[in-house]
Amino acid sequence: MTVDTLRLLLPEIILLLTGLVVIIIDLITMRRVNDTVLAGVSIAGMLLAALAAFSLRGIPPEPVTAMLAVDGFATFLMVAVLLGMSLVVLYSYDYMKQYGKNRGEYYAFLLAVALAIVLAVGANDLLMVWLAMEFLSITSYILVSYLRGNPRSSEGALKYFLYGAVASSVMLYGISLIYGATGSTSLNGIAQIVSGQGAIEGARALGFTAIVLLIVGFGFKTSLVPFHQWAPDTYEGAPTPITGFLSTASKAAGFALMIRTLIVALPSLSVDWLTVLAGISMITILFGNLVALRQSNIKRLLAYSSIAQAGYILMGLVCVPQVGFQILPFSDFQFNGINGVLIYLFGYIFTNLGAFAVVIAIENRTGKVEVKDYAGLIYRSPWLASLLLIFLLSLTGIPPTLGFWGKYFVFGAAIQIQFYPLALVGLIGAAIGAGYYLNIVRYMFLMPADDDEKIGVSRAISVALAVTGVAVILLGLLPSALITWATESAQFLASL
Amino acid sequence: MESWILPLITLIPLLGAIVLLFIPRDREDGIKLAAIVISLIPLVLSIFLLVDYYTRYIPAGGGMQYQVTLYTIPSLNASYAMGADGLSVPLVFLTTLLTTLGLYYSRHTIKKRVKEFFFLFLLLEMGMLGVFVSLDYVLFYIFWEIGLVPMYFLIGIWGQPKDRPRYAAIKFFIYTLVGSVAMLLAILGIYFETGTFNILDAAAAQPWAGNLTVASLAFWAFMLAFMIKVPAFPFHTWLPDAHTAAPTAGSVILAGVLLKLGAYGIIRIVLPTFPTAFNHWALVIVGMGVIGIVYGAFICISQTDLKRLIAYSSVSHMGYVMLGLGAAAFGISRVQDQNVANSMAMAINGATLQMFNHGLITGGLFFLVGVIYERAHTRDMGQFGGLSAKLPYFYGIMMLVAFASLGLPGLAGFWAEFFTFRGAFDLVTVWAAIGVIGIVATAGYILYRIIQSVFLGEYDSTKVAHWTDMNNGEESHEPTDMARFEKVVMWPLVILIVLLGVFPNLLLNFFNQFATEFVRIVG
Repeated sequence: MTVDTLRLLLPEIILLLTGLVVIIIDLITMRRVNDTVLAGVSIAGMLLAALAAFSLRGIPPEPVTAMLAVDGFATFLMVAVLLGMSLVVLYSYDYMKQYGKNRGEYYAFLLAVALAIVLAVGANDLLMVWLAMEFLSITSYILVSYLRGNPRSSEGALKYFLYGAVASSVMLYGISLIYGATGSTSLNGIAQIVSGQGAIEGARALGFTAIVLLIVGFGFKTSLVPFHQWAPDTYEGAPTPITGFLSTASKAAGFALMIRTLIVALPSLSVDWLTVLAGISMITILFGNLVALRQSNIKRLLAYSSIAQAGYILMGLVCVPQVGFQILPFSDFQFNGINGVLIYLFGYIFTNLGAFAVVIAIENRTGKVEVKDYAGLIYRSPWLASLLLIFLLSLTGIPPTLGFWGKYFVFGAAIQIQFYPLALVGLIGAAIGAGYYLNIVRYMFLMPADDDEKIGVSRAISVALAVTGVAVILLGLLPSALITWATESAQFLASL
Repeated sequence: MESWILPLITLIPLLGAIVLLFIPRDREDGIKLAAIVISLIPLVLSIFLLVDYYTRYIPAGGGMQYQVTLYTIPSLNASYAMGADGLSVPLVFLTTLLTTLGLYYSRHTIKKRVKEFFFLFLLLEMGMLGVFVSLDYVLFYIFWEIGLVPMYFLIGIWGQPKDRPRYAAIKFFIYTLVGSVAMLLAILGIYFETGTFNILDAAAAQPWAGNLTVASLAFWAFMLAFMIKVPAFPFHTWLPDAHTAAPTAGSVILAGVLLKLGAYGIIRIVLPTFPTAFNHWALVIVGMGVIGIVYGAFICISQTDLKRLIAYSSVSHMGYVMLGLGAAAFGISRVQDQNVANSMAMAINGATLQMFNHGLITGGLFFLVGVIYERAHTRDMGQFGGLSAKLPYFYGIMMLVAFASLGLPGLAGFWAEFFTFRGAFDLVTVWAAIGVIGIVATAGYILYRIIQSVFLGEYDSTKVAHWTDMNNGEESHEPTDMARFEKVVMWPLVILIVLLGVFPNLLLNFFNQFATEFVRIVG
């Protein structure tokens, strides 16, 4: 291990050190340290790590160790997720003020979660895949249950934990099957053995079972139907900043793991996972949207909407360039599916976190989380209402918002491989989605307010709103750089 | 100037909308005046465009002019490309004219949430203008969608509470969204087939020329988007709700311009890009058009709400556009026959004339409905009667516009119907003959419902107890005639209706070059 290799691990190292620093500051000041310091250090660490990841984006893809890859795909997602996580820290700073003193470890856990995700997006070995997933899950369980006095928080955490434990053990079983058949845990090693001339027949026979078991694990993390049941209760019960995290960054990690495992290790079994995932994608889009239509609690509504959004993201993976289920090199295609996933995730992280910023701002001031409590929001806070409108339009996929470009690229990938039924399901889902997103808009803009009191916004949330709002509009109007970056990043993955 | 005029026309409303955001909320009259003045700039530019195109390019054979590509996004392969031809120039003028008139009218009638209204109206103008001048599919799509949100709010916020504006607004939004996502899929399909997002290049490449199945799929995806917008039967059900609920200026823009976006899309994109598929399905389109004409007209006869009547009359009148375009498409396979080719050009001319004239006439009718609604606060025609004696000025203007709507020779509406049916009779005789029933029914609802029940008979002062005097906003027991601002709004429309009725060539010269050029290319 040389200094050069260490440079490749810079994001991980920065996050780890920042986490330690936060804990140490908290301890040596006997827990009397100002909250602002902890949040500030955490955000600085995350932004620094994001910068480090961004500086690594152009390097030729190479496995740092046998277990971890640093390539365009990983660095793109690192940047997106770390920016998202620093927003989550901002929200927490505002939100956690009302919940007691012991917050040092809370920020440390957020940094640990960020580290877990950074490891997940580069995981290049099935063991690393599983470890990153467990790391992420366990830290998430704790964060969900952080409101100890609140039974809903505990209920959400317990549900999340039970589902998570089952899912990860099922997934581990899948991993053991693959290891048994191929004798390797390295993704590239598995790819060679499975596709090689001397492929063991057993590998192919076991392949389908193993893939389904793996998908259970990934599907849990990304809340795809039918592995989504934990999501609504957990989203509702968790502290709202953590709900924001679960629906964005955590999901991005799940998708990164799924995409790398399937594309890098099992491209020769693509017929199995493409068909399974195509079905899951359709069901997820339809189910998530239909159930979201019936929600009256905004956190639950966003939970189901995020399930539906996951279905759209999955569309990108299902629609990678292919002929007769044979995956083609990405470099020949402008819409290679995976760049759709990356653009979609990038847009979705900012959009959804922006929406959660509004939800938190309102919850902090009024304590209300029902859609009907948003009636007449335009009179009470024109800024919050207008920004939430923009975020909801972005989630619907109306140009010129960032959310449109994600939809554009996944739909483009579907049309490119002429998978019309999936595109049609996407269309129907978009129409249903507009129904409930606009329902919120209807309350905000068209209904009279029950309460005339103006809603003020704290400084932390204002910053978060400014960042997300500007990102969603500006990158929506000028998407060129983001698209180029995502497209190049996706190609690194395929060239591995 | 030459190449900057189109980006300028589309961007000024956006800049104006942003400027409005910086005017304090309580300075309502300042906001209103600023919006009107800003909207005058695109209006003046579009008049310049009209004159310039007429004097310079029409004698030279027309074609796509003022072309400009501001920038290209390589990662998307899309570009900010604009251009205007004989089809777009009059529609750009129509848009800017109706926007200015709508803003001016709203200055006197919009009382609540003023800043938002004028902001959204300018944003809407940008979206509509952008659609008419975009030469790139991605740009076209973005402009197409930009209009959606402002219109949603115009209906939802400023609609009359008893007309269920929230329901109408969401219905409008979802209908349009379904169509536009389908269109997006078809646009992507065209891109993969032809490798370009340029609307003209893609049409020249004739995607899926040999594959009727896929071409039909893309054809219907586009048609879904455009027919919902037109709206053609059976996708028209959002329209009566939206029109009835919208505030007057919103209805004017909705009927005057938004419906034209759909028809424009059919002419600009579907007709040149999928001539074979359109030819194959032409009779279905013709059928929908004729059903729209007849069904819409008969529904009108049974209406009691004046505004809803005008709304349904749009369904009927836009049916002419569908009939004309469908008939022209039906002729494509026999275009070698000179008679057929002539009829096709006539049918297209009729459809395009109808688009423009319907914008003037129905825009005018919605303003006139606004005139009476602002006074009586009801639109129930059973409450009126004998108004010709009380409101002679209003009666005179209404007579003229209503007669233009039923196609009286000498007024603008006549030429559109004449050309449409002259073309259609030759191409789809039976359907055109059925369509004539609609013309008769139109005369029925215009004369019987609007003129007779509102203006003729005895004035009964017990029916509407309170009339608002629009000059000073006071209540009285007697209706007062049109106020000055209402006259100012109506006169440009009246003048144009008469002018284009007497000299249809002024407008026809624009469209005819487009139509003959299309027929020539198909041949």
